[in-house]
Amino acid sequence: MLRIKNLSKIFHKDQPDEKIIFKSLNLHIQKGEFVTVIGGNGAGKSTLMNLISGSMFPDEGEIYIDNTDVTFMPEHKRAKFIGRVFQDPLKGTAPNLTIEENLSLAMLRNARRDLAFGINKENLAFFKDELSKLNLGLENRLTTKVGLLSGGQRQAVTLLMATLIKPKVLLLDEHTAALDPKSRDKILELTDKITKDEEMSTLMITHNIENALSFGSRTIMLKHGEIALDLKDNDRAQMDQHKLQDNFNF
Amino acid sequence: MGVLISTCAQGLIYAVLALGLFITFRILNFADMTAEGSLTLGGSVCAVLISNEVNPALSILIAALTGSLAGLITGILHTKLKIQAILSGILTMIALYSINIRIMGKANVSLLGKNTVFKIFKDNQISNFVVGFVICVVLLEILNLFFKTRLGLAIRATGDNEQMMRAQGANTDFKKILALMISNSMCAISGTLISQSQGYADINMGTGTIVIALASIVIGEAVIRKNLFLYKLIAVALGAITYRFIIFFVLNLGMNPSDLKLFTAIVAAILLALPNVQKVIQRSVKSVKN
Repeated sequence: MLRIKNLSKIFHKDQPDEKIIFKSLNLHIQKGEFVTVIGGNGAGKSTLMNLISGSMFPDEGEIYIDNTDVTFMPEHKRAKFIGRVFQDPLKGTAPNLTIEENLSLAMLRNARRDLAFGINKENLAFFKDELSKLNLGLENRLTTKVGLLSGGQRQAVTLLMATLIKPKVLLLDEHTAALDPKSRDKILELTDKITKDEEMSTLMITHNIENALSFGSRTIMLKHGEIALDLKDNDRAQMDQHKLQDNFNF
Repeated sequence: MGVLISTCAQGLIYAVLALGLFITFRILNFADMTAEGSLTLGGSVCAVLISNEVNPALSILIAALTGSLAGLITGILHTKLKIQAILSGILTMIALYSINIRIMGKANVSLLGKNTVFKIFKDNQISNFVVGFVICVVLLEILNLFFKTRLGLAIRATGDNEQMMRAQGANTDFKKILALMISNSMCAISGTLISQSQGYADINMGTGTIVIALASIVIGEAVIRKNLFLYKLIAVALGAITYRFIIFFVLNLGMNPSDLKLFTAIVAAILLALPNVQKVIQRSVKSVKN
């Protein structure tokens, strides 16, 4: 599903402050796989997300989504394959538009933005249905401006928007880090439910080692731009939080 | 009564400009300085066409197209060449100064004795009002409908949260360019109406009009505080008319006309700062209570 081949990314190339993020990264994620990504600051986690989503281009290497080469495809074009949730809950929604307008925009991800009416009445029932699954009471507030919602509510809407049209790859960039504990649990629970989809591959960056092991089916640890640890199946089941923490620190 | 109607008529003409700036300033969150240039561009293109006996309505249409070209250039400077928003607008605006003189061949073109859209009725004031009203309402309704379409919604969201729109697969550069084109064609239309109603186009007719439009927008927002998009547009148009009445009032009180720009700038600054000042006051009141 997602294949990364010999990826290299260097910031400030050939300058005194040159920083090599990735030298030659290889990663292959299967269809339906849910991979959690851990690693210290500067390990390249966010850069990896940015390279996959196209908000940054690599210096070398290739990225394939479902056998399509997206390495240098513009961000907005490859967005039809990719759903994204950012760390900052304010980044994923348009605050001055209503919930129904935001969701309508998400429904148009693969459609032409033409002169048809922006809000399709036929979609409203579907929106209500999906919103009610969030259990936040938002299904009755379709015409509320998103800017009036709390961070947790906005992140829930963002998660919904990212997956309303099922993407091939879902990228979650520390999407619970800025939330209070209660909202965080809620969003993680929703994430778990949404990622059960067998057609969609998920990459979730997290700083919480416990979550990294309890969610998803595979855990990778990035260190100095390399995959220092790749845990699946049995290895992963036998790994516990403390052992992983020790690995993290060495 | 006559004064009332002519003030309203003036306000309606400037309402078109204010609506244009509302698109960039409020919807796109883009301080577009092109407006002053494209207003003069519209005024001069229209004046030259009309003085060459072209149909006034057709002249307005052509002028609107040239205005959209000005917006296109600003948009390309900003999105493709990565020049700061405000600077892109200033560059186009300055370039338009020379272009406008080229178009007119001199610093001003008179429309004396020529046919204009305002010559439908015998009475000058009434036709100014009626024509201004019809044009303003039609444009307002077109904008209202447009910003409810998928494309319009995408433009609003681009101004609101560009990163999100890219993540949702929208070509945000295109959305910005399009909004700038629409906005500047509105400014040009306003320019055509100004030159037709005052009977001449002048190279300096655009100077200071951005501040007038901003003042109109903030006055309108202070008066009508509804969230519905249509009401926001109506608020801007009413703001433009209200602004004309304020000007009429202070001139009657004996203000020197050359002080008007200073007055307008102060009014706009106060109204723009008001929401923040209110917040600070509320906060300090709270902290005193605590």
